[in-house]
Amino acid sequence: MRIGIDVGGTNTDAVLMDGTRVVAAVKQPTNPEVTPGIVAALGDLQASHPFDPAAVSGVMIGTTHFINALIEARRLAPTAALRLGLPATAALPPMIGWPARVVEAIRGRVYLAHGGHEFDGRQIAPLDPDEIKRHAADMAAHGVRSVAISSVFSPIDASFETEAAQILAQELGPDTAISLSHEIGRISLLERENATIVNAALRELAAQITDALISSIRLHGILAPVYLSQNDGTLMDVDYARRYPVATFASGPTNSMRGAAVLSGLEACAVVDIGGTTTDVGVLQGGFPREATGEVAVAGVRTNFRMPDVLSIGLGGGSLIDPTARRVGPTSVGFALTEQALVFGGDTLTATDIAVAAGYAEVGDPALVAGLDRGLVDWALRAVAERVAETVERMRTTADPLPVVAVGGGSILLPDVLEGLGQVRRPDHFEVANAIGAAIAQVSGEVDRIHTIADGDRLKVVEAAKAEAIERAVAAGADPAGVQVVDFDEVPIPYLPGNATRIRVKAVGDLAMEARS
Amino acid sequence: MNQTQTNLSAIARDDVADLARGAAILGTGGGGDPHIGALMALEAIERHGPVQLVAPADVPAQAAVFSIAMMGAPTVMVEKLPAVDQFTNAVEALATYLGRQPTHIVCMEAGGVNSTIPVVTAARMGLPLIDGDFMGRAFPELQMVTASLYGIAASPMSITDDKGNAGIFTTVSNLWTERLARAATVEMGASAIVSLYPMTGAQAAQSAVAGTLSLCVRLGRAVRQARADLADPVAQVARELGGRVVYQGKVVDIVRRTTAGFARGEATFQGVGPDLGTVVEMSFQNENIVVVRDGQVVATAPDLIIGLEADTGEPITTEGLRFGHRLALVVAPCDERWQTPAGLDLVGPRYFGYDIDPVRWNTH
Repeated sequence: MRIGIDVGGTNTDAVLMDGTRVVAAVKQPTNPEVTPGIVAALGDLQASHPFDPAAVSGVMIGTTHFINALIEARRLAPTAALRLGLPATAALPPMIGWPARVVEAIRGRVYLAHGGHEFDGRQIAPLDPDEIKRHAADMAAHGVRSVAISSVFSPIDASFETEAAQILAQELGPDTAISLSHEIGRISLLERENATIVNAALRELAAQITDALISSIRLHGILAPVYLSQNDGTLMDVDYARRYPVATFASGPTNSMRGAAVLSGLEACAVVDIGGTTTDVGVLQGGFPREATGEVAVAGVRTNFRMPDVLSIGLGGGSLIDPTARRVGPTSVGFALTEQALVFGGDTLTATDIAVAAGYAEVGDPALVAGLDRGLVDWALRAVAERVAETVERMRTTADPLPVVAVGGGSILLPDVLEGLGQVRRPDHFEVANAIGAAIAQVSGEVDRIHTIADGDRLKVVEAAKAEAIERAVAAGADPAGVQVVDFDEVPIPYLPGNATRIRVKAVGDLAMEARS
Repeated sequence: MNQTQTNLSAIARDDVADLARGAAILGTGGGGDPHIGALMALEAIERHGPVQLVAPADVPAQAAVFSIAMMGAPTVMVEKLPAVDQFTNAVEALATYLGRQPTHIVCMEAGGVNSTIPVVTAARMGLPLIDGDFMGRAFPELQMVTASLYGIAASPMSITDDKGNAGIFTTVSNLWTERLARAATVEMGASAIVSLYPMTGAQAAQSAVAGTLSLCVRLGRAVRQARADLADPVAQVARELGGRVVYQGKVVDIVRRTTAGFARGEATFQGVGPDLGTVVEMSFQNENIVVVRDGQVVATAPDLIIGLEADTGEPITTEGLRFGHRLALVVAPCDERWQTPAGLDLVGPRYFGYDIDPVRWNTH
């Protein structure tokens, strides 16, 4: 059996799972200190369905704690960014374009040193150990406690980052945390470096929180390994989470999508989450959210984290209906739905009123919308269905049929069948989908690199990249027997010689622990 | 192009984001991401103040006009960022060789990343920037400039890398400049800065496509404003370019291949809304080159073929094209000199390997 816990901004949810079966599910308000909510949720779980702590094979936790700490700029460590690439890159030093507030919160210091590689693996300049030692002395003098190291084209050759890390560790001692960019992001220096600096700033908090999580779980006599959910829906062990807190940033929407997939039994589907103001649409491929290919800004900092590709539109249960302009949303009554909507005795025509008038749902007092013009109701329902169908269409990447799973309070707005897409599925238990999503025990490995492909060598290069991704998944704890390539992307790069192609491969497998049990 | 519109007298801090978005639109699917250049332009303007813009017609005839551009792979430029002095070094290396000091900076390519780099250079050198370029859009090779049509030579040209290397080419033709510069760029790590087509103010006034930097800012502004007003940004872009929305459709297939450094391919669209039931195939070679609807050629390069996200008006690059994307295709007139026989020899559909006659934006 496994336990999945989702620590959200409002609630902490916990589920006890046997395979994909939900044995028990509970909900507790989230406490600012995180652990009391977890302790209470585990207690509730034990009370609602008594279980032997020794029978638990793993505890999986999804948390928004780290991204919130960054957004609120609290408990961040004094951080330095060391970039290896001189004489290149100096035109845009680290932390350029950051909100001043965030730079201040991490007391950010910036260092440039020689190093870095070309796209084809040549060195831009050799590493200069003395230069790095001088920077280290300055860091120590300014009270830096965490360092982010980035090197040009480190996703192609990471040796300078690891060498510089060794020098810094010698100079600054074991208490200074060091984060390396090639382990965190992809090609595109500023975005990868930004993600690494953010990671560095969260290292101290990560150590404290992971310690607290483990002790609150051990308090219940559960000795099983503890894992945290990553942005891509796979797991990392606690040691990894300590070093890479940014990898948890998007675990909220990811776990919600993964949970919806488990509940509906679908591996490939669109998940439509309709709330009060917005509708989020994501796509699952092979049970995992498809990732965004572009940049994602977090707290005003541009990064290239592996984030799920989610498309949001201004449409929800509280959306205003404007009969004259024939428009639904994007303005919404939001939290005030239960005061302002017609069905609750208010005077504002909302999407929820339309759904009730059409008999899609029973919310508030249906009598209050019985007199609505039938033509208006039909038009509004059609408008909502068309916009959602269109958004799902935009998220499709193949011509294969894509089933739709609808979740969230606003899903009452949808008809049972969407034109061109088919049946809309609405799973039970959605209220704990996040925790269910967390409890899925899989790990991943990824490779993202530019290859120069000689004529006739394409297959060989692709196979090597796939093998490396599989190796990385196994290194992350996957059972070698079941590792599969779940994502493959090949994009030719213009203006480079030798048919340069960027190849991205991701492999996923079950946790070896799970396979043994 | 839009001579009646008001042009800017300077590029200030607040214009940079609009300039970058407008430049991505003029990139017609290629030209590289202007984000890096925009960050550098912001930093340079903050330090040195707004960059003065001068209309080509107002540049003194004897002025020493120096261009600046990035050459190489946009993918490399976002990883190996430029060195501090790489831009000014390129201008200074050429100035030293020619024995004359620059009085004006000019942009070679208003589409994509090369729109912002001249702003950075002009700000750093404290020189005025000419409001115009020599393409009026983006093109993949450096002889594809209006200056070529006036017999202005690409060389002597300078090329600099991040390490401090600088080179000067003097070549027998603009095509040779392209070949040698491309080889040097690869050795320099696939990203280099070039200053080429050194010319007088009189030559610039005669050959430049006037007002294109102002046009970029207006395009970016139009998209931003339309979104704020909940108006249709795509229609605003078409209006600003004097073109039209030719198609609305959804990407249903993409085929890509790289040959000789070009990202070639075709995207197939199925019509939506007014174009329901029709199929469009768009061929691209870094930039969008040919649009065919239901077997009929609707538009070809050198006219502008621009893919915009239907709702937001955000320009979509050929690299960023994905299945399911809902795009509006805008076609608009290029600078008329590209439609002359000499212009079409340089940038017509046949140069890009399509055995068809050019079709203008307003033909069908």
